[in-house]
Amino acid sequence: MKPTDTRDPDYFHKVVDCQWACPAHTPVPEYIRLIAQGEFTEAYLVNRRSNVFPGILGRVCDRPCEPACRRGRVEEEPVAICRLKRVAADHRDEVKHLVPQKPANTNGKKIALIGAGPASLTVANDLAPLGYECTIFEAHHRPGGLMISNIPSFRLPEEVLDEEIGYILDQGVELKTGHRIESLKALSESGYDAVFIGSGAPKGKDLKIEGRDEADANIHIGIDWLESVAFEHTDKIGKQVLIIGVGNTAMDCCRTSLRLGADDVKVMARKPRQFFKASPWELEDAEDENVEILVNHSPKRFVVENGKLTGMEFELMEYQLDEDGQITDTRIAGTTIIPCTDVILAIGQENAFPWIERDIGIEFDKWGVPIVDEKTFESTKKGIFFGGDSAFGPKNIIWAVEHGHQAAISIHKHCEATDLKQRLPRGVNLQSAKMGVNEWMYSNSYTGEHRRQMPLAELKARLSNRKMEVETGYTAEQIATEVQRCLNCDVQTVFEAPLCKECDACMDICPVDCLSIVPVAEEAELRQSLRVPANNKDQALFVSEPLKDTGRVMVKDENLCLHCGLCAERCPTAAWDMQDADIFIPHVDDETKKVAAE
Amino acid sequence: MTSMSKPFIDKHLPKNKLGLSVRNYEGVMSTLCAGCGHDSVTAALVQAFWELDLAPESAAKVSGIGCSSKTTAYFMGQSHGINCVHGRMPSVATGANAANGDLNYIGISGDGDSLSIGFGQFAHAIRRNLNMLYILENNGVYGLTKGQFSAAADYGSKSKKGLANDQMPIDPCVQALTLGAGFVARAFSGDKSQLIPLIKAGLKHKGFALIDVISPCVTFNDHAGSTKSYAHTYKYYHPLVHTDFVAHADETTGAYDKDGAMRVTMADGGELFLRKTADDYDPRDRAQAIETLLMNKSEGEIRTGLLYLNSDLPDMQAANKLPKIPLNQVPYERLTPGKAALAKLQSRYR
Repeated sequence: MKPTDTRDPDYFHKVVDCQWACPAHTPVPEYIRLIAQGEFTEAYLVNRRSNVFPGILGRVCDRPCEPACRRGRVEEEPVAICRLKRVAADHRDEVKHLVPQKPANTNGKKIALIGAGPASLTVANDLAPLGYECTIFEAHHRPGGLMISNIPSFRLPEEVLDEEIGYILDQGVELKTGHRIESLKALSESGYDAVFIGSGAPKGKDLKIEGRDEADANIHIGIDWLESVAFEHTDKIGKQVLIIGVGNTAMDCCRTSLRLGADDVKVMARKPRQFFKASPWELEDAEDENVEILVNHSPKRFVVENGKLTGMEFELMEYQLDEDGQITDTRIAGTTIIPCTDVILAIGQENAFPWIERDIGIEFDKWGVPIVDEKTFESTKKGIFFGGDSAFGPKNIIWAVEHGHQAAISIHKHCEATDLKQRLPRGVNLQSAKMGVNEWMYSNSYTGEHRRQMPLAELKARLSNRKMEVETGYTAEQIATEVQRCLNCDVQTVFEAPLCKECDACMDICPVDCLSIVPVAEEAELRQSLRVPANNKDQALFVSEPLKDTGRVMVKDENLCLHCGLCAERCPTAAWDMQDADIFIPHVDDETKKVAAE
Repeated sequence: MTSMSKPFIDKHLPKNKLGLSVRNYEGVMSTLCAGCGHDSVTAALVQAFWELDLAPESAAKVSGIGCSSKTTAYFMGQSHGINCVHGRMPSVATGANAANGDLNYIGISGDGDSLSIGFGQFAHAIRRNLNMLYILENNGVYGLTKGQFSAAADYGSKSKKGLANDQMPIDPCVQALTLGAGFVARAFSGDKSQLIPLIKAGLKHKGFALIDVISPCVTFNDHAGSTKSYAHTYKYYHPLVHTDFVAHADETTGAYDKDGAMRVTMADGGELFLRKTADDYDPRDRAQAIETLLMNKSEGEIRTGLLYLNSDLPDMQAANKLPKIPLNQVPYERLTPGKAALAKLQSRYR
């Protein structure tokens, strides 16, 4: 194995598992340290720079960071990253004057943005302060996209949504609500320099089985039904509700049903629990409200009596699983009828572009999804960009934000008539965290405390009020404990091979045995030759240059490192140092600064 | 000193037959200088005891005074132990061993504690073949008093200020061989692959087992011109024979015999496998051992490994026909038979 090139900015970035897993690469340990210091406003702004909606995402993010968190490998559960993001948002001071402001002059470039969801809002957030004239067209009467229409208020209060969208609109972004775009051709011929399409995946899938049409009055498409509840067109539902599907939309549907008068809500899943698409915490929240989840029930027909829905028939499924947990065989063991008054279908959603003419140069694939460049987000027609769910199908808010950041860079380059693919590379700046003898500019001690549980509003009270937020936010004690659980993975262990005298001190002190001095070998062999075999192949090995006395190499398995700095404290020659890694993730304003610097 | 204690995390580590991870064999945090060889010896002891499935309460750690002697606090925090008078550890160990021969005695000493103030004690512990593992952490200087040459400093080795040592060194291994020790080894703190099997074998050897471990003093004796520095030791390091120790005979595989290893069965059933190097060194030949060590001075090589092994010598317990039962397990009535028994005993001397 060759010595590791730590100048590659992705090497140290990957060590910060949460930041690497976050589509928008939010510098998580940095904002957690700010929270620990009581700098809530600064923590909010660090978040906002990356993910634009800290208050919103601090409640409803899909949290790809948490399964990635190193803490989950060291002990049982990851740091409650998402909850801490909300802490920053809840406890911050006024930030209106600290977020990017409306520029004095515009640059005359007009950008049309279709759909006021997270993707378009992010593009506007990035471009408006630079002088771009952004106009967002929204079909509904309120901005937010699925954040308002599909996420119930008991998870995401409207005030939080309105406030964070407000910061963007205040930058001089024009919002045209109730303005559905019926023709992209007409829009793109009306004088815009670029068009960004962030119209989401607004079409809920239907279930065309026996009885569907007869029972139509009591069968609802999940995302449409949630939207109709959010915009107060629907305020009640029958007593017995079946939810078909077991993704996050299904969880929102079942919990909303309970708040609109249902008292017996069942979520019907076709497969066993390990195949559920919903996030574990959303499943937990639903079950906490006494929603029953039935597995291995495959819909067969809607039971209709006298023109009214009375139940639903299911096939009872049996699955054969192989060693890897994959289904190898399926068998129908019988059928059952479950009575109900209403059925909500939450079995997926799709893109729908009836308003995009097929002859204007935008190509679609066979599933009706536009062909979009994965790096530039440009469609096959110059100047037309896609992002969010409309680009590659349904994902989530944080992906939409990242699409928006990238599309904003492309739109800027398009307007400047420069190459869209020539983008600023990521970077890493390292700075020693040493303040004195065994003193560091971060809290390097380790706490064995377990993850704090989010306090919830009382069950009866929350079910009687659709808008009452269920999660009440961490207490001061919980914040103080949870911030210390973060391992500060962005404070990197940096090794200078020429200084090492092979005294083994770092190996001996390492609390997770992640350091070894061994003869160099190929990676597979090296992984097994370490003091504790490095069996998590998703995690990199750091391999040093050959050491001067024996020619062996220092190897670090990045898997379990606590970033406690004990190796650096025990190193007699400072061959190991703890260095704060600032991962540079370029945004569109960095691109403009680069031009200015040149 | 580090800024904090080592966090206790062992979920990723295998457990031994007692259900313990290697972490359970550690002690309090070391206060030695960062990079001290002694901390590596401590880590090797921890690993060896874990591999031997040694119950912490079955061990007694004994030491005198010095940087090395402090280290008994840094391993097996759940064991018995005493940190006693400078150079007098062998006497205390002798007393303890006489009272309770069932414990595993681990003596930790240094070149000052063993070869200067405690030289006589060291010699007599060997002579009486006290059943213990005696680790001599040898760095050639008095680290605790700021780096004066010790009795083990090599002739010509330079101090931190550049002065050469003009006295001949005492070689603990040569001394032990001439005094009749049955287990004599030399190792280096920087090579645990050699040190750990030697510790395991030494502990299982019935009788006095000396391991002289070159353990550099990172603060006072790790400079150019020193013959006990990391760089010098790595450069001249020369293992004479490879040692593997298998604690339980039933785990033995045929592989060892095939590559021509010498196989030595230890008193409690463990087996020692000695693989020859190009040197064709046989650790059962005492004369060759002494000759090799004395020769070594002129060539500069630091010859390491199990230098001499003779498992047939009776240890102190056997030679003195001491009772097999530890005193703390002898019933009270037998231990204190009463006035009448005392009077009877005294009458024999009147």
